[in-house]
Amino acid sequence: MALENFIAAALCSFAKLLTGVRARWLGGLPDKRVRIYYPNHRSHGDFLLVWASLPTPLRKSTRPVAGADYWLQGKLRSYLIHRVFHGVLIDRLGGRSADPIGHMSEALVAGDSLILFPEGTRNLGDGLLPFKSGLYHLARANPLVEMVPVWIENLGRAMPKGCLVPLPLLCTLTFGQPITLQAGENKDTFLARARQALLDLAPPAD
Amino acid sequence: MNPDATLITLFASVFGVLALASSIGALLKWRLGAGQSSNVVDNLNARIKAWWWMIGLLALAFWGGKSGVIALFAFISFQCLREFISVTHTRIGDHKALMWCFFFFLPLQYWLIAIDWYGLFSILIPVYAFLLLPISSALGADTTRFLERAAKVQWGLMICVYCISHVPALLSLSIPGFAGRNLQLIVFLVLTVQSSDVFQYIWGKLFGKHKLSPEISPSKTLEGLIGGVLTSTAVGAALWWITPFAAWQAALIALTINILGFFGGFVLSAIKRDRGLKDWGSMIEGHGGMLDRVDSISFSAPIFFHIVRYWWVP
Repeated sequence: MALENFIAAALCSFAKLLTGVRARWLGGLPDKRVRIYYPNHRSHGDFLLVWASLPTPLRKSTRPVAGADYWLQGKLRSYLIHRVFHGVLIDRLGGRSADPIGHMSEALVAGDSLILFPEGTRNLGDGLLPFKSGLYHLARANPLVEMVPVWIENLGRAMPKGCLVPLPLLCTLTFGQPITLQAGENKDTFLARARQALLDLAPPAD
Repeated sequence: MNPDATLITLFASVFGVLALASSIGALLKWRLGAGQSSNVVDNLNARIKAWWWMIGLLALAFWGGKSGVIALFAFISFQCLREFISVTHTRIGDHKALMWCFFFFLPLQYWLIAIDWYGLFSILIPVYAFLLLPISSALGADTTRFLERAAKVQWGLMICVYCISHVPALLSLSIPGFAGRNLQLIVFLVLTVQSSDVFQYIWGKLFGKHKLSPEISPSKTLEGLIGGVLTSTAVGAALWWITPFAAWQAALIALTINILGFFGGFVLSAIKRDRGLKDWGSMIEGHGGMLDRVDSISFSAPIFFHIVRYWWVP
């Protein structure tokens, strides 16, 4: 356990040093209550940066939601996602029978927060992809849990797909106002609202 | 005085001024009374504290001689370029061009100072980077806002690397009767221009009434500008004895670089406002980012370099 904690702390410090990351909490201070952080997704390093930017006590009870197809390839990845990051692994290829919402809800009920990428996949272009329905189903199953939009600026520019050496850009993480599912809100309305809350945190376009 | 003794005297005086500033800061804090706080006083104290670090780092670099100074300004350029490109939108097609900026042009520019190759130093970025970077971007096969993107990359490189590299380049000028004393030119430039920023801040806070240009920089006032530039021109004139200039020449040069330094901050503020930002970064507590601190140096260093080179280098 001590080794895993050390690796986690070392990875976080490395990520912070490399990206000079600055976290802005616009929606109130960090809070220990169970929450779902939902960032935009452009780079493999995204969840590490969100994870590293949380204060240590929060980080210890926050688990990234990750695709099993990627993270179970090879021993190192598998070790990292299970022992170091305590990820909630989702079978993205198994369809409905895999019950991803059930797995994530179990983690929430057990008192852990989640980092969930609502776009479902890495966005290789600009802006924000349409949200998958996962965030809505999770909100329906756990209506009291707050969802915090997190805009990650620059990591995708620093480490685009296929680049070996990252650009030394400074990254900014903006944590927005938490939202919850409102009574009677349907799927499309909720997802549109959640997506807009995340887009509102992005810096102005040119 | 021999060159080393002069530098030690200069740094000792600056540290003395900082000690005075820290005492005034502590006094202001104490006058506020327990439990009270004022943003202005807290920011003032954070700025003074950061000055201790910055002057300390400068002293350390001077102690390392030419290589120390080159390393320090290469680092400053790196951090500025990082801040500049971080808030400037480019697209994925510019990735290679940006890699060239950070990992080729920046180190090469400073290496050219180290080996005293003035000819290439003066045209590397305005000619070679200017032509090669857009080629790299064009090979990215993305035409969206192409001219704008190419201009941004070139601008960042000019402001953050080319202009700032003229500070250590002062070391390569051979001025008759001034051999071994070129570090003093850097002291003159940095002290004059940075004291201008400080005095503009002080004059503005104490007597500032007429806003200069609220759209671009809400904190700049006419009183701050005039008081600050004139005071630091006096500082520059008083430093004539460390330069190859006569007193009146030192005053005139100080006035020129102070005005340029002011407009450096002004122009870079315009870019910040356009991006909806107050500061370029958060590296230096109380000041903002590195680029917030050296914007004035960036605009004044090349002109200062060429004034000295034109009139004092045979």
